[in-house]
Amino acid sequence: MAQLTGAEIFVEALKREGVKTIFALPGGVVLKIFDVLHQQKDIEVILTRHEQAAGHMAEGYAKATGKPGVALITSGPGMTNVVTALADAYMDSVPMVCFSGQVPTALIGNDAFQEADNIGLSRPCTKYNFLVKDVNDLAQTIKEAFYIASTGRPGPVLVDIPKDISMEKAEFKYPDSVSIRGYNPTYEGSKWKIKQAADAIMKARRPVIYIGGGVQLSGASAEVRELAEMTQIPVNQTLMALGAFPGQHPLSLGMLGMHGTYVANMAIHYSDLVVAIGARFDDRVTGKVSEFCPSAKIIHIDIDPTSIRKNIHVDVPIVGDCKCVLQELNNVLRATVNGDQKELRKPWWDQLTEWKTAHPLSYRQEPDQLIKPQYLIDRIYQLTKDRDPVVSTDVGQHQMWAAQYFHLTKPNTWLTSGGLGTMGFGFPAALGAQAAYRDRLVLCIAGDGSVQMNTQELATAVIEKLPVKVFIINNRFHGMVRQWQDLFYEGRYACSYLDQSPDFVKLAEAYGAAGLRVQKVSEVDDGIREAMAIDKPVFIDVPVYQFENCYPMIPAGGCNHEMILEDPPELQKRQGATGKAESKDTILTA
Amino acid sequence: MEHIISVTLENKSGALSRVAGLFSGRGFNIESLSVAPTLDPSVSMMTVVTNGDERIIEQILKQLNKIIDVIKVVDLNESDAVSRESALIKVHARSEDRAEALRIADIFRANVIDSSPTSYTIEVTGDVQKIHAIIQLLQPLGIKEIVRTGRIAIAREPVRTVATQSRPLAKAN
Repeated sequence: MAQLTGAEIFVEALKREGVKTIFALPGGVVLKIFDVLHQQKDIEVILTRHEQAAGHMAEGYAKATGKPGVALITSGPGMTNVVTALADAYMDSVPMVCFSGQVPTALIGNDAFQEADNIGLSRPCTKYNFLVKDVNDLAQTIKEAFYIASTGRPGPVLVDIPKDISMEKAEFKYPDSVSIRGYNPTYEGSKWKIKQAADAIMKARRPVIYIGGGVQLSGASAEVRELAEMTQIPVNQTLMALGAFPGQHPLSLGMLGMHGTYVANMAIHYSDLVVAIGARFDDRVTGKVSEFCPSAKIIHIDIDPTSIRKNIHVDVPIVGDCKCVLQELNNVLRATVNGDQKELRKPWWDQLTEWKTAHPLSYRQEPDQLIKPQYLIDRIYQLTKDRDPVVSTDVGQHQMWAAQYFHLTKPNTWLTSGGLGTMGFGFPAALGAQAAYRDRLVLCIAGDGSVQMNTQELATAVIEKLPVKVFIINNRFHGMVRQWQDLFYEGRYACSYLDQSPDFVKLAEAYGAAGLRVQKVSEVDDGIREAMAIDKPVFIDVPVYQFENCYPMIPAGGCNHEMILEDPPELQKRQGATGKAESKDTILTA
Repeated sequence: MEHIISVTLENKSGALSRVAGLFSGRGFNIESLSVAPTLDPSVSMMTVVTNGDERIIEQILKQLNKIIDVIKVVDLNESDAVSRESALIKVHARSEDRAEALRIADIFRANVIDSSPTSYTIEVTGDVQKIHAIIQLLQPLGIKEIVRTGRIAIAREPVRTVATQSRPLAKAN
């Protein structure tokens, strides 16, 4: 059999895994691999301008397609730069395989040029990592890496390839299957526990379904919908689950947690049964753990046993894949549900409707004053919803407003950094999704603070013809930081004011992308339409009212039913005294 | 509460640091940890002594199981187990103390494995209380140096009452 170099084995293995696109940035020790990639056409190599962005693009690709995203970077600084993306993918369970170059085997440990302990650096932020020490192990290792990344609770896997391994030759044999004795994820839930769950659901009077990112990852949207519709139980979504259940569905209560809707938080607090599906009771959802839904029994379905009873006590734990477990649960319920569920749930729904109407999400947009961020996002949503867009966000106020006002209807259309809260995630993630779906509309809702953490990728966007539309909600602040300072630090804006941002229009144009600026309420719709019509990457800079705060808000460590719904009186007074309450802005960028 | 956890894991580089990293990264306690290969050279056996309430121990067991290099995790507190620890104690033993040092070693069935004109090195094996006790008794003589293995533990084989009836004969075909 023909002998292939390690680099050729790498490329062949990726082809066998069905990889179409990789996000990469070269360096000394990975040149052999790049050289082989350069001479083939099956795998598209997208050159990024920073390794962190390569990682986020791989994440965006993975989140949008459900297939593992692939990044290839070099040793040393290449590796340290990608650590943020790995940590982000690990927190949000994103299937991703990252290949890092390493100095030649003989030099490992010698403090060689551009050497870093890639295995040590990535250990706490990957699901698993490999150092390939023998070219004969390379194909098997790559197979295992993809298997681990995409099965069980997905996550990032790092494969560290020393330079000599990419040059040495070996016979190429790609294994058909993998068996790892320490790794056997459970997919089927215990039938006995599922029966207990069904009984609890039938007995509950104020039940709530609480879905998380696991529903997206296991593709269980249809099953969640069947469960909810069959039993008429309301559905709360975490930030990671948006789109996995239609946002405008009559049974949807919207997002819960720190900036969730009033009804979602009240519902879970006063519920008598929580059906948690692929969610992990994150502190941004539970608030004060000791007072989290005090009268509820909790059913928890999750493929990762460590998620169960990590933060809160669970009465019916079911370890398994959301889709498999829900199929079984729905089967049991279908045979048990009798009578009119709508009628049965009426008292609960009356209460929910009361909460829903008492404090719906709202904002006030005066036509002659500065644009409100919520208004802008609402308009983007209204004008693009028919095109089934993929929406990415950065991290901060704009992310929460996007979560509140952009009602996604399909899974895998929402790309956001939930667990790690990585500013700079949105733009490269959008590019990754666009690389996967060239013909789809991909939007990025960013903040002026966040977007500046990865603007260099404008070059990638232009050269690779990735026409993402980036809306910059420009409030000249790290808005969420400013909000916390207004609420909890008496309005002292320590390092939250961004007084020297670039002109985003000129910045985009400098890279060969398009730039637009929308300044008036009356221009918003036309601006959005104009941006959509441009067949290029576009930065749309939208200066907005600077002091808008994101509500409802549960202060960190607060209780879910004790939400702040508007600026507290002392803040209103303080802002009134300094003229901030008026929607006037003296420090416009343009 | 103290728990002794027995962890079967892949005997390869990095596996130990995954376990150690889990404990430090998640703020779990390690009181002692000892690890060595088993009869199967591809597998190591690790004994971890840790403490925490029920919830923390449940997390530790689950998190250990989640590590891909970990093959099996057993909480030895759930069954009856025997545990042992060894220590090497180098104690001052000038002429007037030499007899006393030997007497103490004898009481604890410890062995003297090295001797110099001014010191003895004593090897002792036992449960934690025994190690503590000998250290306490040797301290007045002056301990120069001490090295301990950390605990290792193994589950007791369940003692079944032996059935007296003879085994049924194999069915004749």
